[in-house]
Amino acid sequence: MKQIIGRKLGMTNIFTDDGRSVPVTVIEAGPCSVVERRSADRHGYEAVVLGFEDAKIKQLTKPMRGRFEKLNTAPKSVLREFRGASEDVKAGDVVTVAGFAGGDRIDVIGTSKGKGFSGIIKRWNGSGGGASHGSMIHRQPASNGDTNAAKTVKGSRRPGLLGRDRVTTLNLEVVRTDDERNLLMIKGAVPGPRDGIVMVRSRIKGGRP
Amino acid sequence: MASVVGVEQLRKRASDFNAGDTVRVHSRVTEGNKERIQIFEGVVIERKNGGLSESFTVRRIAHGIGVERSFLLHSPRVEKIDVMRRGLVRRAKLFYLQSRIGSKATRIKEKKK
Repeated sequence: MKQIIGRKLGMTNIFTDDGRSVPVTVIEAGPCSVVERRSADRHGYEAVVLGFEDAKIKQLTKPMRGRFEKLNTAPKSVLREFRGASEDVKAGDVVTVAGFAGGDRIDVIGTSKGKGFSGIIKRWNGSGGGASHGSMIHRQPASNGDTNAAKTVKGSRRPGLLGRDRVTTLNLEVVRTDDERNLLMIKGAVPGPRDGIVMVRSRIKGGRP
Repeated sequence: MASVVGVEQLRKRASDFNAGDTVRVHSRVTEGNKERIQIFEGVVIERKNGGLSESFTVRRIAHGIGVERSFLLHSPRVEKIDVMRRGLVRRAKLFYLQSRIGSKATRIKEKKK
């Protein structure tokens, strides 16, 4: 499995060699350093921890400083864990976009845009009530469920905070990479706002990565 | 910014034409594994969007039937755009031509230099 951390720069479209226009999200990914290998023996599961973007030393706690010193890498501010075995990397390695190539299938994990306190139409795709003819139910959540239950069942769809969740978009296609500028161009949209941190990994579903 | 990526693909050649102009668009067409240049000549009735996704629509009357084709301005498939005639028009989108019939009704004055 390949993995890397990046920052979403925004969307544009590019032309492929045969002249088709493809919508792409541009991600500035890496270079990341491998901060830790988590193993089944020691941690109970296999994982790789990557670090992205340099941190100021004074912003780190002493234990973290110690870890980076031991690895002999620049301290990193963004740390992310990628679950799953990846034999080909070890702590201290550097991961760049060079590991990816056009045509690769990947998953992108990000934090979706926060929508604040939202009603049921936006949050749960409710259909809403009538607009006129005396209907007094417009965008309200209408029924709360069975009246015989004499209570509202837990987990019913109510208004509340929407967005800012961890979202995984599966099976996206890498259109192009740029090793010099550390850019990944991915077909379609990825979760999160511009400048948001995203995790990119080889796809985990649907055939060969 | 993401625009940095697209800029290198932006067409450097002059895309110096506007709605009302008569243009000849040389586009690359692939048939099977053969490639050839197809020419489409007509009046530009709109230019739309900006940046890399900018496109334009050309309208012509072919065998009595109105035909419109839109092209992506920066597409590498569009080989060349020749401006045959500059038109004098008072709006940016010439959709009114679509409801006009006859050569006299769809005339566009030529812009004087």
